[in-house]
Formats: sequence, structure tokens, C-alpha cells
Amino acid sequence: MGIFDKLSGWLLSIFGKRHVAIGIYGPPNAGKTTLANRIAMDWAGDVVGESSEVPHETRKIQKKDRIVIKQGKASLTIDLVDTPGIATKIDYHDFLEYGLDEEEAKKRAKEATEGVIEAIKWLDNLDGVILLMDSTKNPFTQVNITILGNLEARELPFIIAANKIDLNGSTPATLKSAFPKHEVVPISALNGVNMDLLYEAMVRKFGKKRK
Amino acid sequence: MEIKVNFISQEKLNGLGEQEKLKFILEEVRKGQILVLEQGLTAEEQAKLIEMTMEKVNEKFSGIEMESYMSEKQNFWGRLLGKKRARMTIVGPADKIKTVYRDKDVIKAVIVGKR
Ligand SMILES: Nc1nc2c(ncn2[C@@H]2O[C@H](COP(=O)(O)OP(=O)(O)OP(=O)(O)O)[C@@H](O)[C@H]2O)c(=O)[nH]1
Ligand SMILES: [Mg+2]
Repeated sequence: MGIFDKLSGWLLSIFGKRHVAIGIYGPPNAGKTTLANRIAMDWAGDVVGESSEVPHETRKIQKKDRIVIKQGKASLTIDLVDTPGIATKIDYHDFLEYGLDEEEAKKRAKEATEGVIEAIKWLDNLDGVILLMDSTKNPFTQVNITILGNLEARELPFIIAANKIDLNGSTPATLKSAFPKHEVVPISALNGVNMDLLYEAMVRKFGKKRK
Repeated sequence: MEIKVNFISQEKLNGLGEQEKLKFILEEVRKGQILVLEQGLTAEEQAKLIEMTMEKVNEKFSGIEMESYMSEKQNFWGRLLGKKRARMTIVGPADKIKTVYRDKDVIKAVIVGKR
């Protein structure tokens, strides 16, 4: 962070407008990039990266700085960080099913492993996290539990977003009951459903001053 | 078909530093072993283990399958050190152990005996 950033961050904090770095985390394919694009489009008229049905599409951190989210009189400036999906295993064979050839699949797998490492390391640089889960899938996965545990251990403010509620198999209620102590916002990043609820939660949670 | 599962006592792992502990686990898993850790890993250790695993993933080793329940209540030392630990952790090679069902209280996994 440059001196100017530090100074402006400090000034903003005095005048009650916060500037924070917010990461979007979750398993591959949860819709992180789709959500990052939705947020960036809504407030900055721009996109962050490519989304794809093929898992591990994002294999490097991608950022969009200084997005200003407004809620009535309150506003929050965020540097939005879209992260590679976190996994405990990456098998290049899985990519062959999507029509990638062997060489592409192996390259994608290698880059994906580096992406997972980068995503985990980036937890150190953030002020808050949106933990994105696919509400059509079982929430009790090791990846979700490990991310959640790390957010708690670091005392990072976070919101759980239950994505893809537009799909038939979606059960956001399962997700809510799975994490009763945490705020769960059901959304569709693709169709822009409930984004107002998410923005309200973001400004409230991430706008608070931390000790 | 024989399947071996290694139960690792708390004493065994407590004698090692964090780095050595995770290295030991990953080495065993890469040899094809399935481990049940009597004392589970903390969330930070789980993340570290995922990072270390990713460094080792290649065409032959696709990674790990890990299962752990975080304890809701922290004991005295946990609170003092601010660390939440899994009650128990199961870890094995991704091609040998697969989770078939999981919820708050139950983990069902199958061990694949091929290779
Ligand atoms: N139906 C539906 N599909 C969605 C939604 N959000 C994302 N998707 C789709 O899910 C797939 C994955 O989306 P991405 O945004 O690439 O997911 P990601 O979490 O960034 O994935 P990685 O970068 O691979 O970790 C794409 O095909 C998206 O179009 C949603 O709200 N509803
Ligand atoms: Mg992505």
C-alpha cells in the first residue's frame, strides 16, 4: 500500500467511510467470478474476470479496486478480490470431460494448484470475506469447513452467500441451518437476485470499524 | 482385499512441530496410507496441509481427501490459545477414500481398495 492509499484510508476512516479489501472465497464453480462481475458491474460498470462451467477457471487472484457501494447515506469503498476456488484435490482427468485435450488439462491442473495456494495466502491481506457456496450442493464439505474455520480463527468479518437459488435443486434453508451462528444471504449471482440484501449486509458488516 | 487404516495417537503428533507434523501426514498419505488422527487439526493446520498438498499434486497424486469435525465447544486451552481444533481428522489419498455422505454429525466415507 502506498502512502497516499494509507493516508486516504486513514482520512476515510475518520469521516466514517471505510476502504476495505474484501475477498470472495469458496469451492471451484460456486460462482465467485460471476458474483465479482455482478458487484463490479452494479457499482463500477466493469467486469473482473471470466466465468466458466469448467472448474478452476480462475487460477490467479483478480482484483477490482475502489468499488464504492452505497446504501442510503452510508457508503463503503472496497477492493474486490476474486480468488481461485479452493480444493483438496485436483485431477487433470476431470478436465478431459469438458473437452480439453490432455496437455491443456494438465496445464490447467498445474495452474489450479498454484491458484489454491495463492487463494489461501491471500487471506492475510483481507479485511473481510464473502464465503460463497453453491446452494444446490451439500454445504458440509471439508473446503467450506476449513475456510470457515480460518475466517473464525482470524476473526475476519464474513458473510456466507448461498448462490444459485434460481436453480431447481437449490436449498438455501439447508445452508442456513448448517451455519446457524452465521449470516447467510441467499442470492443468484447470475440473475442478480437478492443483491440488495447482500449489499446491505456488506455495508453493515464490512463498514464497521474493527479494533 | 485388505485395507489398512492407521490410527495416529495424540502423543505421536504432539511430539512434532506444526511443520513436521503436516509433513509427516502428507508423506504417509502420499505413500497411500489412510490416517485417523486422534487429535484433529486446527483450521489453520488444515489450510496449511491443503497448501502443502497442492505443491505435491501431479499426474500420479491428485491430492487428499480430508474429513474433520470442528468442535463446537472449546476447551480451556483452546480458548486460551484461541484455536479451534477438529475433534478428529481423517485424511487419505483422494483416489482411495471418498466421502459419500456428510452432515453435522455423520461422515460416511468409502475406502476404495484398488491400486
Ligand atoms: N444457475 C446459476 N448459475 C450460476 C450462478 N452463478 C454462477 N453460475 C454458473 O456457475 C458456473 C461457475 O461460475 P464461476 O463464476 O466461473 O465460478 P467460480 O466460483 O468463479 O469458479 P472457479 O473460478 O473455477 O473457482 C458458470 O457456468 C456460471 O454461469 C447462479 O447464480 N445461478
Ligand atoms: Mg472464478
